[in-house]
Amino acid sequence: MNPSEKNYDAITVSADVKNLGTVQSFIEERLEEAGCSMKAQIQIGVAVEEIYVNICHYAYKEKGGSGDAEVKMLIKDGVAEIVFEDSGIQYDPLANEEPDISLSAEEREIGGLGIFITRKTMDEVTYDYKDGRNILTLKKKI
Amino acid sequence: MLNINKTITNGKAVFALEGRLDTNTSVELDAALSPVLDGINELVFDLGALEYISSAGLRVLLATHKTLSKKGGMKVTNVNEMIMEIFEVTGFSDILTIE
Repeated sequence: MNPSEKNYDAITVSADVKNLGTVQSFIEERLEEAGCSMKAQIQIGVAVEEIYVNICHYAYKEKGGSGDAEVKMLIKDGVAEIVFEDSGIQYDPLANEEPDISLSAEEREIGGLGIFITRKTMDEVTYDYKDGRNILTLKKKI
Repeated sequence: MLNINKTITNGKAVFALEGRLDTNTSVELDAALSPVLDGINELVFDLGALEYISSAGLRVLLATHKTLSKKGGMKVTNVNEMIMEIFEVTGFSDILTIE
């Protein structure tokens, strides 16, 4: 099925961390409306931040540093689906190795932690690259 | 939005955090911590009113933990269920001193 046939709500912002609040509110309003539990709401909030901030930091670094991020959301049959799209450099955050969380604090570096948290708390995380766009999709039962 | 309430007595600092510790507010916490860390021996983070933490917030906690592990140490207190779950998922519950 063509994803555009689904009825997503969508917001496009300039991929800058200063717009994190706008993106979070867009997601939270819809989760609240759907009666999402506080726990799932916070877990989704954290995952959304990790993915969005990743885009802000890396997607357009080699393209002059600025560009758009589109966030789309659909809640259907008790499942929230959130899609992030950008036209920055091709980058699959899921291809990274998981951080070694058994190391002590002194030995530990934090790279990849955001993606790690996202994978642990979401039911499904998928990445696709299509027509020059990075497409990352989160799914979580709410 | 993050409110940081800090109290420093005899080399021991208590930072009570209220609100959200995210990518943007963790910069504010970092800025509040850096002038204080040199002059203190111990630090307590009271997370009783913290509603949200992301990996950016975890990074600040870990960096502070590392700095103070050479001195009197860092503790976190009043951790609610949600924040504790994030600590557990990430292995932070084994690293941090949680009371």
